[in-house]
Amino acid sequence: MIRRRFNGTVDVLQLKDFATQLRRDSLRMVHHAGAGHIGGSLGLADFMAVLYGYAMEFDTENPDYINRDRIILSNGHTCPPWYAALARTGSIPLDELASFRKLGSRLQGHPARKSLPDFVETSSGPLGQGFSVANGIALSQRLKGNKTRVYCIIGDGESQEGQVWEAALTAAHYNLGSLTLFVNDNGLQIDGSTSEVMNVEPLDMKFASFGWNTRVIDGNDIESIVRELENIDPNQGKPTVIVGKTLMGKGVSFMENRSAWHGSWPDAEQLKTALREIGNSRYYTDFSITEAENV
Amino acid sequence: MFNTKMPMRDMFGKALLELGSKNSDVVVLTADLTDAIKTTLFSKAFPDRFFQMGIKESDMVGTAAGMAIDGLIPFVTTFAAFATSLANQSVRVSMGYNEANVKLTSSHGGICVGGDGATHQSFEDIALMRLIPGMTIVVPCDANEAYNATFSVAKYIGPVYLRLGRIPTPVITKLDDRFEIGHAKVLREGNDIAIVANGMMVAFALEAADALASDGIQARVINMHTVKPLDISVLKSAVDECSAIVTAEEHTIIGGLGGAVSEYIGSYNPIPIERVGVKDTFGESGWPDEILKKYGLTANDIANSARRVLTRKIGRSFS
Ligand SMILES: Cc1ncc(C[n+]2csc(CCOP(=O)(O)OP(=O)(O)O)c2C)c(N)n1
Ligand SMILES: [Mg+2]
Repeated sequence: MIRRRFNGTVDVLQLKDFATQLRRDSLRMVHHAGAGHIGGSLGLADFMAVLYGYAMEFDTENPDYINRDRIILSNGHTCPPWYAALARTGSIPLDELASFRKLGSRLQGHPARKSLPDFVETSSGPLGQGFSVANGIALSQRLKGNKTRVYCIIGDGESQEGQVWEAALTAAHYNLGSLTLFVNDNGLQIDGSTSEVMNVEPLDMKFASFGWNTRVIDGNDIESIVRELENIDPNQGKPTVIVGKTLMGKGVSFMENRSAWHGSWPDAEQLKTALREIGNSRYYTDFSITEAENV
Repeated sequence: MFNTKMPMRDMFGKALLELGSKNSDVVVLTADLTDAIKTTLFSKAFPDRFFQMGIKESDMVGTAAGMAIDGLIPFVTTFAAFATSLANQSVRVSMGYNEANVKLTSSHGGICVGGDGATHQSFEDIALMRLIPGMTIVVPCDANEAYNATFSVAKYIGPVYLRLGRIPTPVITKLDDRFEIGHAKVLREGNDIAIVANGMMVAFALEAADALASDGIQARVINMHTVKPLDISVLKSAVDECSAIVTAEEHTIIGGLGGAVSEYIGSYNPIPIERVGVKDTFGESGWPDEILKKYGLTANDIANSARRVLTRKIGRSFS
């Protein structure tokens, strides 16, 4: 089934419900894997929910669908909500989520084009690389005359990499209006707060001086995300950056705004508490983890 | 076989702290991976000599080169993949070509990084560093050797790549063992075959030698902790006296220890050799034990290679 770009009326409640489920799925995935990066993942769930639940055009049956919008997760460590969104929209089997990070899984610890070529446009993990590839795809799409959108996601810590700013030059220089960059700007990275580690703010002014359209929004607010994405005019010849102020660990009190949760995962007790705080979604049920797998 | 396990990076962190109090020229740089490379102790004790560079590895190596050119002894720390591959141009020119006294130190060298997968597994780092003229490459076999190597590396003048692993690995050397850059160690005598190993594969090589001994095969085990420059005298004796070699490393069989030893043997005396290591492939997510098995880096793999090489040497089957 083809899901159209910005199709129909927005059902904010449903998108919120979707985000809730992406959070539940992410928490259960990293817990079951015994490793992973839950902090940034929880903060990204709302943007993912809007992309897959409303903004992006794609065909659930035909991943090669020519008019599909592209997504590049440059900060690949935050892949759990992405994998969950792929599963929840029927692109990959739901129960496959239980294989995250396991030997032989398509759901590698960092997204791998080699194992999931239908959806992963570029392998990521080493920070700073995905953005350039996103530019390349957008340039190629324009050359082919396709009116697709390209969404690239980076982290605030990631934006310390020089390559991010090389890519920022490219997108502006080539007037890549079809490109939208989302900064998962949670103010934290591994060693602490981004401002203390190596300050990158004000990100919006940096991008503005590079010739970009810039927006600063609450990156965990579904309505703001919807509004800003709808407002983008791909024909005006400028790339757009949405600096999304997010919370690391969003939705789980003991994880929120703590860099220690960048690369951690909940144990059984913590998972229970976390899932209770996130709450249940109305439309979805949790994916199953078989006992055999759970050892 | 070895009961105690410890991550090399832990003892690197301890050595760095001691170095810091002995030598005020020692400085440490990180790229948002302080605790991952265990530089936390140093950072707390010597905050003025600890530089948080953010996630910008090329910039970090270049900055360290500047510090070294001005007389400091910088230890640059990050994951092996980013130290040697992402920052390669800075390592090549700012550090290598300048002969800057930078100590490029990595953790997460090898295939055992856990679920992070291919992008974070670095088993081409040693090959990349071997290609840089004048680079000294040290690959400790355990936590104690990592500790001792850190002091030697600090004392040595010139660019060095010090490669450490992530996971706890068997401790087989002692803290008071002597460590000298460029001087390999024969850990077990034997004249039927020589196993030349480094990193955590040394422990597996010793295990393999035990297994071979129960078949009546006496294997010499060499810890070639310095890949560049290779210890030619120890290697030459192994070739002359054993006439069969297996190399073992947590690295691709292309261009690392196996590559270096093969190059030497090829020009000195082409005896039978096999290389145990990762084949020409990318890695994947998985727990260390599963990964080592799947990618053929176990004691068993070393012993099987040894038997095959012996067959080629003697002309009868050992398997
Ligand atoms: C080139 C590179 N250097 C270092 C790392 C290790 N690393 C992974 S995530 C991360 C922090 C990223 O910070 P940010 O982009 O803000 O993501 P968040 O912690 O908010 O999820 C680091 C240093 C990496 N993956 N790639
Ligand atoms: Mg961040």
